[in-house]
Amino acid sequence: MISFIMKENTEGREVVIEVKDLVRKFGDRTVLNGVDLKVYKGETFVIMGGSGCGKSTLLRHIIGNLKPTSGRVMLLGQDITERYGEELDEVRKKIGMSFQSSALFDSMTVGENVSLPLKEHTKLDKGVIEIMIKMKLELVGLRGFEDLLPSELSGGMRKRVGLARAIAMDPQIIFYDEPTAGLDPIVAAVIDKLIIDLSKKLSVTTVVVTHDMKSVFTIADRIAMLYEGKVLEVGTCDEIKNSKNEMVQQFINGSPDGPIRFFQQKDDYLESLFKA
Amino acid sequence: MSNFIYRTGKTTLDLIGHIKEILSLLYTTVSWIFTGPFRKKPASRPSIFQQMVFAGVQSIVIVFFIALFTGIVIAMQSAYQLKQLGAIIYVAPMVSISMARELGPVFTALVVAGRVGSAITAEIGTMKVSEQIEALETLALDPVRFLVVPRFLALIVMLPCLTIMADIIGVLGGMLVGVFNLKLNFYRYMSFSFDFLTWKDVWTGLLKSFCFGAVISMIACYVGLDTRGGAEGVGRATTLSVVISFILIVLFDCILTGLFYFSNV
Repeated sequence: MISFIMKENTEGREVVIEVKDLVRKFGDRTVLNGVDLKVYKGETFVIMGGSGCGKSTLLRHIIGNLKPTSGRVMLLGQDITERYGEELDEVRKKIGMSFQSSALFDSMTVGENVSLPLKEHTKLDKGVIEIMIKMKLELVGLRGFEDLLPSELSGGMRKRVGLARAIAMDPQIIFYDEPTAGLDPIVAAVIDKLIIDLSKKLSVTTVVVTHDMKSVFTIADRIAMLYEGKVLEVGTCDEIKNSKNEMVQQFINGSPDGPIRFFQQKDDYLESLFKA
Repeated sequence: MSNFIYRTGKTTLDLIGHIKEILSLLYTTVSWIFTGPFRKKPASRPSIFQQMVFAGVQSIVIVFFIALFTGIVIAMQSAYQLKQLGAIIYVAPMVSISMARELGPVFTALVVAGRVGSAITAEIGTMKVSEQIEALETLALDPVRFLVVPRFLALIVMLPCLTIMADIIGVLGGMLVGVFNLKLNFYRYMSFSFDFLTWKDVWTGLLKSFCFGAVISMIACYVGLDTRGGAEGVGRATTLSVVISFILIVLFDCILTGLFYFSNV
């Protein structure tokens, strides 16, 4: 008990997500190779890294959609690697997720998309749910669009509707998978501003997975850099900017030459050319 | 040689894995149907209704034409044979019994597998590749309860209904040939049609179509949920779903007919 209190004091804040030595293998390929992370309550935590470094896979492990080969994920104090079905759903009701492709249900209108979790998980009556949809859509600046279908919206609007759906159940943590990917700079900036606004207005914990450096430094309280399935470095924006790690510097500055090789050669080039 | 053995073994193991997963999907679906209402989580009625309209009502036209022309063709083909025996009136029970036992259930199931099964796979497959299935899970909504249960219920209810319709339309198709071409008396034709038809012919046919409904919906949903690889993957899954459904419908038909009519139990 004393050690528990000591730990709380040294950390200062409550831990809402804790990833311990997470390993995930797909066949022979190791995608996550021992990830350790802690996310504190109320902060905006950004996981950045190049394409294919396993950051989306990590996110899917944190929300319980994938199960690890070994290691543990504690989400809101629950070990979700050992939870299935309804137990897992109870934890999931407390989180919201905004997907890279928005993942809106095509057959439903904007209003139905946002109200779906409310209709399914609460006993609120129709009138209240309608008011709540209006409030959620107002937060993302899309009030009045309830009756449109997702196919009638632009990419940025779909992202925002997905966000409204993610916050419908008033989650304690919001996850974003590549929130600005495929959007023009202005819309990307709007989404960044929205992420900051929501985390302030709703005072939630925010976890963002992205490789968009501009938005990383705009929104992040703390940053983790992921490379080849491992956490290279964790720190605040300034700590990461002034990092001594060459890989981190290469990634931030986006330079093609450096310790991170873009071409991954498996065998000798000449040898493979003349092997035939 | 060892490569051949390796591939045969791998294919077999994969197949067993798929069969296990389909059976477990069936188990989950059926348990949701029965336990859902008690856990305060029944499948949504509007969605079941919507699926019933799509699978049932909107299939009426195509089933109508298939059944009508099947009935006409059987009447014409059997008339040719029965004429030589001087037993032309037996065209009537020929049509009614073969429609009720065999052709009604099987043709309706094949049509519905092509029309509804493919649509289910394409829809669920698209949802899978565009992260919508994952979004459902993240919203703490079970994809089986939300997507599979309504489609399963709709098909096991609507397919027997369509089969009843197909049986009747088929008999009427045969009647057209009997009355207008073979110059048989309408009342005599109809009484022969129904006098020779036993209850067993009808209920075995309906039981078959109930099973086909379960087969089509399970295969379509499973293949849809198993879709990988973008738009191309959806196309491949849709084709696969229809092919597997067709084979299984014929296979189940064979097994059930054997059980109903050729078992000594």
